[in-house]
Amino acid sequence: MKTTYRIFDLGLTGLDKGLAFQKEIFQRVKDDEFKAALIFCRHHPVITLGRSARKENILVDSAELEQRRISICRIERGGDVTYHGPGQLMVYPVFNLAYFKKDIHFFLRKLEGTAIKALEAFGIKGERIEGKTGVWAGPDKIASIGIAVKQWVSFHGLAINVKKDDLGNFTLIKPCGMDIMMTSMETILGKNVEIDAVKEVIVREDLIWPK
Amino acid sequence: MAKVILPELGETIEKATVSYWYFQEGAKVKEKDELVEVTTDKATFNVPAPCSGVLVEILLKEGDSANVGDALAVIEEE
Repeated sequence: MKTTYRIFDLGLTGLDKGLAFQKEIFQRVKDDEFKAALIFCRHHPVITLGRSARKENILVDSAELEQRRISICRIERGGDVTYHGPGQLMVYPVFNLAYFKKDIHFFLRKLEGTAIKALEAFGIKGERIEGKTGVWAGPDKIASIGIAVKQWVSFHGLAINVKKDDLGNFTLIKPCGMDIMMTSMETILGKNVEIDAVKEVIVREDLIWPK
Repeated sequence: MAKVILPELGETIEKATVSYWYFQEGAKVKEKDELVEVTTDKATFNVPAPCSGVLVEILLKEGDSANVGDALAVIEEE
């Protein structure tokens, strides 16, 4: 299927600005200006709470978060608590699923597939674990997924841990409410990985568009 | 009276959890308003109001599990 889609790259931006932009694009997709859009960005340090998030999964007090300049935001997506920082590539697919496949689990598996193929391009083996949405490298999680769907248009999406620098901030929370360790592409490869290079692979290899 | 039904969300999805009501019982709603959000796996899905009217009864509250095809609420049509 030939897809009419657009790609946007916001660079480093606040979560609130990223959300506002997603809402704008969501409206344009709903208005049928295009069928699907992909938004890339990175976020300033922020802890987000999904619909099923429990506050006790943030393991430190607000004073410590303030000191570390990490904000907290409750957002309308599936899932528990997670952290986003500048070392992660955020991939927000705003798709009108009515044009592709109206199947939420299929879409989640598709996003996992995107992350797995992107990792593979860098020589990293990413895997699914049944019942635990996301992508895993060995026992550790390397990509997280949380989406929202309204009128069959998706928003929110996929976060791939690229840089190793701010992985430490994940220890301030219980990611997804589970006792898990997060890893990154740099941690696994033991070398520098540019976030732009991951973006390029996703676009060049056409890894995300529904086929 | 119109029932708000949990629609098909995908081939392998049999149920979802009610995660958020945008309106309370007694509220006036318009057709296509975001009425109730359900969650399955790491995804939320918004079920719109099927018609305009008064939300007279919420049958499944936040945290409850619903099967596809189940009635979530009742709207008295205008």
